Formats: sequence, C-alpha cells, structure tokens
Amino acid sequence: MEGEPSPRSGACFHQGSFPRAVNVDLQTDATLQVDISDALSERDKVKFTVHTKSTLPNFKQNEFSVVRQHEEFIWLHDSFVENEEYAGYIIPPAPPRPDFDASREKLQKLGEGEGSMTKEEFTKMKQELEAEYLAIFKKTVAMHEVFLCRVAAHPVLRKDMNFHVFLEYNQDLSVRGKNKREKMEDFFKNVVKSADGVLVAGVKDVDDFFEHEKTFLLEYHNRVKDASSKSDRMIRSHKSAADDINRIASTLYTLGTQDSTDVCKFFLKVSELFEKTRKIEARVAADEDLKLADLLKYYLRESQAAKDLLYRRGRALVDYENANKALDKARAKNKDVLQAETSQQVCCQKFEKISESAKQELIDFKTRRVAAFRKNLVELAELELKHAKGNLQLLQSCVGVLKGDT
Amino acid sequence: MAASSRRNPPPLPGAENQDPLSEMADEDSDEGEDIFVGNSNPVAEAFQPDTANGEEPADLFSEAETSTAVNSSITTSKSNGVHSDNENDLFAEVSVELSMENPSTTAKSSGAEFTPSLTRSATQPESMEQLEEEKDEDSFDMEVAVTNPEKIGDGMNAYMAYKVSTRTTLPMFRNRTFSVWRRFSDFLGLYEKLSVKHSLNGCIIPPPPEKSVVGMTKVKVGKDDSSSADFVERRRAALERYLQRVVCHPSLLQDPDVREFLERDELPRAVGTHTLSGAGFLKMINRASDAVSKMTIKISDSDAWFDNKLQEVESEELQLRKLHAVVDSLVNHRKELCGNTAVFAKSMAMLGNSEDNTALSRALSQLAEVEDKMETLHQEQAASDFFILAELLADYIRLLGAVRGCFEQRMKTWQRWQEAQSTLQKKREVEAKLLWANKPDKLQQAKEEITEWEGKVTQYERDFDRISVTVRKEFLRFEKEKSKDFKSQIVKYLESLLQSQQRHVKFWEAFLPEAKAIA
Repeated sequence: MEGEPSPRSGACFHQGSFPRAVNVDLQTDATLQVDISDALSERDKVKFTVHTKSTLPNFKQNEFSVVRQHEEFIWLHDSFVENEEYAGYIIPPAPPRPDFDASREKLQKLGEGEGSMTKEEFTKMKQELEAEYLAIFKKTVAMHEVFLCRVAAHPVLRKDMNFHVFLEYNQDLSVRGKNKREKMEDFFKNVVKSADGVLVAGVKDVDDFFEHEKTFLLEYHNRVKDASSKSDRMIRSHKSAADDINRIASTLYTLGTQDSTDVCKFFLKVSELFEKTRKIEARVAADEDLKLADLLKYYLRESQAAKDLLYRRGRALVDYENANKALDKARAKNKDVLQAETSQQVCCQKFEKISESAKQELIDFKTRRVAAFRKNLVELAELELKHAKGNLQLLQSCVGVLKGDT
Repeated sequence: MAASSRRNPPPLPGAENQDPLSEMADEDSDEGEDIFVGNSNPVAEAFQPDTANGEEPADLFSEAETSTAVNSSITTSKSNGVHSDNENDLFAEVSVELSMENPSTTAKSSGAEFTPSLTRSATQPESMEQLEEEKDEDSFDMEVAVTNPEKIGDGMNAYMAYKVSTRTTLPMFRNRTFSVWRRFSDFLGLYEKLSVKHSLNGCIIPPPPEKSVVGMTKVKVGKDDSSSADFVERRRAALERYLQRVVCHPSLLQDPDVREFLERDELPRAVGTHTLSGAGFLKMINRASDAVSKMTIKISDSDAWFDNKLQEVESEELQLRKLHAVVDSLVNHRKELCGNTAVFAKSMAMLGNSEDNTALSRALSQLAEVEDKMETLHQEQAASDFFILAELLADYIRLLGAVRGCFEQRMKTWQRWQEAQSTLQKKREVEAKLLWANKPDKLQQAKEEITEWEGKVTQYERDFDRISVTVRKEFLRFEKEKSKDFKSQIVKYLESLLQSQQRHVKFWEAFLPEAKAIA
C-alpha cells in the first residue's frame, strides 16, 4: 500500500486507510460522521479523500466521498471566522499546512551524497527518511481530520451550508490560495485586530466568569506556546541521539566483520543490540512527538481560537457600551433617538447572544482539554513504559549473552 | 626475604607486628610473597572472600607460583581510586585464616595457614591444582592508583599534582604500600625514558594521555567550573589507566625507571617534555623524518604475518577513529538533550501552575518532575558514554599508534641489516679489485673492514630476528589485552545503560497513576 516517496520524479506517496489518530476527544454520533479515508501525496500537494456518512436529509446520499486539498480546508475555516452568526463560538482551529520541505531537502541531500557512503549506510538512511516522511504525512492527515470532526461535532457549525458543500460537492471548489495582495490585506487586518484586542482587553468585564477566563486564557496560551517550542527542541535532540546510536551500530558492524576473532564476534553482537535499541529510541522520540508535542501544539491553536472568541465578545461589549452612550446622547439632544435605540438594541442582542454561547463554549473547551490531556498523558506514560521495558529486556539479554561468553 | 626456604610456623598471634610467614611445603616460589597483615590487626579473623570478587582481580592478584596466595579480595572497586583515605586501613580487611577450617571454598586462600600441620597436608594437593590453573595468567600482585588531584601553586606556574599509590607484594619494591606525588610532566618523562630504552627492542610502550594547553590553562587560571573539573577528572583517569598498562607489562615492570617513578619521593623535573623546548622541536623534526622514511621502506618479508597484522592495525585504527567521532557526537547530543529536557520541565511546571483543573494541574507538575528526573538520567548517561566508551576508544587509538611504531622499529632494524649487507658487498668488491691490482697494504685494511662488516651483518641479522620475535610476542599480548579491555568496558557501559533504563521504568511507572487520576 505504500509506494516510494520520490519527490524528484513526482511519484505519489499513497496511504491506504488507516486508523483515526485523533488526539482530541470527541463525541461522534451517527447523524454525521466525517473522516479522511485516504490521502495522496503528490509533488507539492496532498489530496485528502473526505468520506462522509450521514442520516441527515440535507444530503443526497447516505454515504459519499470527495477529494479536497489543503486550501479548501482553509477556505472553509475562514468562512466560519467571517460569519457573524458564529461570532459566539470557538471556531475549530485550521489545520496547519502540510510541510514536507524539510524532509524533501534531506532526501535530496541523501541522493547527492550517495557516492560517499557504503551501500548499507545509504539504504539505512533512505529507509529512515522514508519513515520520517511517512510520519509527517500521517500527522498532517490526522490534523485535517480532527478539524473536520470538530466541525461535525459542533451542534451549530455542522449545519453550516459551506460545510455541506465542502463535504458533498464532488467537483473542484475553485478555491485558490490567497494571492499576495490578499495576504497583505490579511496581515494588516491582523495588526489592526491585535491592537484593537489590546484595547478591548483593557476593558474590565462585569461578569466574573469572563474576567477570570480572560486572564486565565492569556496566561495559559503563553505557557502552552513556551512548552510547545521547548518540547519540540527536546524531541529533536532525542532524535539526533538516536541517529548517533545508529551510526555507532554501523561502525561496530564494520569492525566486527573485519575478522572472525572473539572480539569481532563481540562487536557484532553489540552492533546488533545498538541497532535494536536505536529503533526503540527513535520510537520513543516519535511517540513523545505525537502524544506530547502535538497535543501542546493543538491546544496552542485552540486556546488562540478561544482568545479570539473572547475578543469578539469584548468587541461586542464595547460596541454595546458605545451604543448605550450614543443613545443617551441622542436622548439628551432628542435627535435620531429611534435610530440610536435600534442600533442599541442590535448591539445588545448581539452581545447577549455571544455571551450566552461563549460561556458554554468555554466550559466545553475546558472539558475537552482536560479529557485530551488525560488521554494523551496516559498514553504517553504507557508508551514510555513499554519502550523502556523493551529496551531493558534487550539490554539484559545482550549483557547476559556477552557475559556468558567471556 | 628468600621465600623458598621452609620455615617453622611462628608462635601464634598475640604480638603486634607479627609477620606470619608462608609455608612452602614442596614448591619453590620465585615470588613467594609473605602474607601481610595490617598493622592494626594482630589477630586475624577467619575470612572468606567472595569467590566472585576473587575472580575479577585475578590478573592483578593471583600469584602463579605461590601457595600462599594473599586473601586479597580488595576488589577492583578500590583499585580505581579511593586509595588515599583508606591506605592504612586497606589491609585491615585482609586477614589470614587461622582457623582449622579447610579453605577449599576460596579460590585464592590456598595454604594460608598457621595451624599445626594436621590440616596442612590436606590443603597442599589442592593448592597444587590451583597453581596449575593460575600458571597461565599474568601474575602480578601489583596495583596502582592515581588519585587526589591537587592544584599546587598559583597563576601560570601552577600545576596539578596527583597522588600515585602502589600496593604490591613484589620483592623488588622496598615497601608493600607506598605513595608519591607526581605531576603530569613526570608521567611524560617516564614515557620518554621507557621509549628510549625499550622501543628499539620492539616493545609496545603504552602512550600517555595527550597534552592540552587549553585545558591546563583553564585550570591554572583557576576557573572553577565544571569543565575544568571534568578536564582534571578525565586526565586523572587517563593517567591511572596509563600507569596500569605500564605495570601490567612484564618487561616494563622490571625497568628501574618505573620503580623509581613509583617509589622515589622526589623526582627530578623531567626536561624535554615541554612542547616549546628544544627537545620538543627535536622530537618534531625526528617525527617528520620518520614519516618520510616510512613511506620508502618496504620489507620483502618472507613472513607475511607482519604485513597482514600491520594492515589490520591500520584499518582498525581507521574504524576506531570513526567510532570515536560518532561517540563524541552522541555525547554532545545527549548533553543537549539534557539541557533541553531541563528547560522543558520548567516550562511544563509553569503550564501546570496556570491550569485551573486541579487534577490536571497536579498531573502536569508530576510530568515536569518526571522530566526533571529524566534530565539527571541523561546527564549520567552522557557521562558514562564519555568516560567509559569515548575514553576507551581514544586510548586504543593511541595504543594502535604505538603498535604501528613497533612495527616500524622492526622495519628500521631490517633496513639497517640490509644496508650493512650491501656495505659488506661493496667492501668485498673493493677487496677483489685490490687483489687484482695487487696492493698488499691496502688489502690488509680491506680484509679487516670485511671482517668488521661481516660481524655487523651477523649482529644486525640477529637483532632483526630478535626484534621480530619480540614484536610478535608483544602483538599477541596486546591483542589479548585489547580483547579483554574492550569486552569488559563495553559490558560495563551496557550495564550502565541497563541501570538507566531500569530507573526510566520506575519513573514512568510512578507517573502513570497520576495521569490516570485526571478527572
């Protein structure tokens, strides 16, 4: 099922159906189930096969699939963000762009350096790079899937028209990635937004709940960011150490094959041991990446989405208060009172709507977060234990054999 | 202390400085050691050393020809360094069996008895067998340790002094245990002296650790951080291994310079070891010229053994260098991992603090603690990577260089022989010409020269044969030592890995219930 990744020749890296690697705990119910059943990696894009099973009447069939690319996911996400109706909800964070650049570079460098290493070394390194490529691939598929599942699980968002189009329309959505001008616009919009955010955040909230949430989220978001980057660095060092052990194993192997003396047989056994422990070490690093680093990254994005929600509410509050002031002024001057009244009404409604749903969303966010952390930490601990025990056993048996020989 | 004489059993213990003497029934012993007791122990207790311990220091402590093997189960754990404090008590533990008991259970306690001859005869045949077993091993009851690095003096003239302690029962030394203070240049001086004397014979002389101007300057300047402490420790361990190799070598041990180094209180400052001295420059020039001549000599050896071995040595050195580079890289990455883990642990703790769900908050703090413990593990692991593995490889890279030097010596000897032969040939031609030209006075001189050169040729040929034999013997011994060394060190390293993984398991097992308790 797995072909050879070879970016230079543009061949595909095909992944068959694989188990859901969801790192967020979600309720799934039969009325709408979404998953990514397949994915294809072509030269510089990934094509996801989005598979839906639904009993909802809006869809023409009960089960269907479409092929989507990353840009279309972003389009869907942005459409949620820009929709005023959804201002009171935490919009599930968009999946990050599939990034195979680093891996591709390494593969290329390996190809260039082919002449300078032995055949065994080359094959080994190639296998490792392929495994890395596969891991990144799996991760990006998982993240896109999580996004869709979050939308499908949300009581309001799942009914969104764009979402249904996304799931069902089996031709190209003609969504293009943002061009330079649009990206610049976005950039400026963000600058304005963060300045505004600071202003809005400065307004003290009457409601204790939201005030508390504001301070909590701010601090939490920063610390998650910190933890996420530190965990990345730690895992990278771990991987480098595992790579070194690999090279030690090969050199020992070369030493061991030079002769058939006692010492050489010894070297061969130790080389074998290091090969095996190295694989375990690499798995440890990979698992830490999956269970810890990815978790932190995800909650980095979600906490940002929650902060955005609070910002929108804060904005609505400021608007409401401004509308109140305008109304008072209008009443005092007795001019355009009706206009001021209606605008005040609108603002009030908007604000109250957001507040109501925001409260629920934030509580849900907490529950989801605790559940996700629990699941991942338990799995992390179990995996670490499993690998440490595996390592231990390998070492024990090898030391036993070596000591028995001498 | 002529050991081969029969002695009567001394009066039974009571006196303070009793010197219980060995009983040598029928065996002669060249190294008949007297059993010694600590000064503080007039009465020795019956003592059964662990056979397990007894086996490990076999090479250091077993004595082939003697039946009075010392109950020296001072294990190698002590030999690697903590001599200083326990010196007086070192031998407190070593005691002699006075019981009527049959010491057959212990491998080494043959015949150490003072009881009346009743049981003696029973134990003697046993010791004979044990002797047979031990005969094949290198038998030196000799142990050296390098400890207590101390900084003497200040500023740029400061240096580190190391305490060299020896414990031995060999008769050529004045005492059984003694220690002296030496500095690094003394070790280098010893190497120079041994080199000059023995390398011409084809002995493989263990090379000392390398000089390091940077490292020493840091120490001199008084930088009191972990890198200079590391450097000193590394040097101390390397000096200890160096000395241990020297005393393990049967012919080097006999050299009076070695004895002087170990025993003499004040050693004259070794000249010619300073890098920038005149002697230093001379050495560099010699080395350069050697390198050139190396390239041009090629022995047409009927014995292919030497050629093969040399090639093996060269390729092995290459591989070891590669391996050393990779191990170095591993050490660095582990140190990096260590630092990153510590930073991550702190960050996790912060996150745990800001988390408002109490169970999760506690779990996150626990995770931070686990990661902290991981950091310690990684640090220890890096240290053992370095001190056990990397240093082993570095030592053997230098040793292989010495082995190559040995082979080169042999080549030089061969060359000298060949040159003498060709000179002889030339002299003979001269003689023939003179005969033809009929000049009797010059003829006499020519004949004398011929005889002289014939003698030289014979001598050089003998030299060459002798050095070939020595080199061969040395090489085989070296191979054996190397095999043993590598095996034991690598096993030690794997055991350290093992322990680290065990603690790994423990830490995560402690964390798991915390994680499960998140509600």
